[in-house]
Amino acid sequence: MSNVSSFPTSVKLMHWISAILIICMLFIGVTMIQSLAVWQNSAIKLHQSFGLLVLLLVFLRLINRFFIKAPDLPSDLTYLQSFAAKSTQIVLYALMISLPISGLLMRNAAGLPVSFFGVFDLPILVAEGIKTYSLYREMHGLIAWSLFGVIVLHISAALHHGLIRQDSVLPSMLFKFRSRK
Amino acid sequence: MSDNTHNLLNVKKRYALIILVMGLFVFGFLYAAGIFGDHDTTAKKFINLQQGDKPHFSFRRAHAKGICLQGEFFSNGSLAPFSTSEFFQRGARPFIGRFSTAGANPLAPDLAAPVRSLALSFSSESGQRWRTAMNTPPVLAVRTPDEFYQQLVALRPDPATGKPDGKKVKEFFAAHPESAAFNQWKKDYIPTSSFATEQYHSINAFYLIDPEGSEHAVRWVAVPQASAQPMASNMATGAVDALQIEVAQRVKHDAIRFDLMVSFASRADDENNATIIWPKERTTINAGTIVIDAVHAQSGGACNGINYDPLVLPTGMKATDDPILKARGSAYAESYRRRARESLLQKKDVGANQ
Repeated sequence: MSNVSSFPTSVKLMHWISAILIICMLFIGVTMIQSLAVWQNSAIKLHQSFGLLVLLLVFLRLINRFFIKAPDLPSDLTYLQSFAAKSTQIVLYALMISLPISGLLMRNAAGLPVSFFGVFDLPILVAEGIKTYSLYREMHGLIAWSLFGVIVLHISAALHHGLIRQDSVLPSMLFKFRSRK
Repeated sequence: MSDNTHNLLNVKKRYALIILVMGLFVFGFLYAAGIFGDHDTTAKKFINLQQGDKPHFSFRRAHAKGICLQGEFFSNGSLAPFSTSEFFQRGARPFIGRFSTAGANPLAPDLAAPVRSLALSFSSESGQRWRTAMNTPPVLAVRTPDEFYQQLVALRPDPATGKPDGKKVKEFFAAHPESAAFNQWKKDYIPTSSFATEQYHSINAFYLIDPEGSEHAVRWVAVPQASAQPMASNMATGAVDALQIEVAQRVKHDAIRFDLMVSFASRADDENNATIIWPKERTTINAGTIVIDAVHAQSGGACNGINYDPLVLPTGMKATDDPILKARGSAYAESYRRRARESLLQKKDVGANQ
């Protein structure tokens, strides 16, 4: 039983940065693959660089979890509710890791490296091949749509805790802007 | 009692708020993904139009018929002052290429195609990549992807006659006076008897970036070293694969060579407009020789897995803001995704035996 009611600032900060980046990436991703606009090519390049950034952030968050005290879920949750909460988190992490990796591999299978903001190229990890490309390309799409689905669940649950149950769950991830009285 | 009702109402409102917020979020995403129909000319719309009612599974949706090439680009170093790209430093770098003919049908007769192409994918030892897809016409008929889509619609064969509707074609070109240079080329163009004796143009312009970081707008053309022979009369009625057979025989005797001629825009030229031919006086540099020393069938060939996206550029080169050049990226990717999926699922149609 931990005695903290809120996540530490480092967790909150990385959570909200990831949230903004990932949601932007999902919207840009589904838009850019169909767009014929002049910005499309820059969007693809930024998508790759930011994808790598998100992947790094996810690993950083996972490591950080070992060093922080997370607040407990409210004790009045049913077994099913707390199971849902915990398993959603695991699925979220699995998707957040596999999404950028599938993107990296699909590009490698098309014979191309992924560049990090033009500063350096990542090494190519898989051999070029049209079938391998298709495998990772379709995985990238499926994982993206699954991640969107789980994010919808995640936000709905957070709002349910915050607005309906009005328990400690939503505030534990929010920044407290009001000054202490 | 009233307090209870009040609370209940409040809870209902809160539920309504959650549903509204999440509904908007989901709707926004589905809208962005084009689930409710396309708001613009999209890559999907383009490729649907190009592939027609009966797509040829696992083939490219445009320029479906082709033959793989293997060779080296021998850079003479004369472009090095204008671009830091490794490919323009003196030396030889390998490429996997493809000669192809326009159209979505991989079984169409070679000689019926109005346009021929040379696509190249260069690679360097340090892992740099450069891809280019060049065509026989030096210019495009229109400036934007929307207009290009309309052009494809206008030129689409009438299902009744199997030929484009002359009236629609005329109307389209009359409405697009910028197509003059393209139509002039079409009028003057005489197809040769070989892939190896055509001129292949980059069409769109690109920037070379020099060691000081300055950009130079250029276009290039692969100019054949072999002299062109007019089409022999027996060839015109000849084999369906006449050009592929010819090039396979030719390369057995000697390598096929092209000079890569790179022309620099002057201030008067608009590098973002691919409908205008640049004047002949523009500075042109011979960057080196493209040497093709082997050809292979595309089925199972190394070129089959390559998406010749002209936006794949090495350090030292950059795409211009030509709207059609920029549109090629997602259109090529959509075609690549479809045929890759069909290869993975081993979907086959009549064309797959080719």
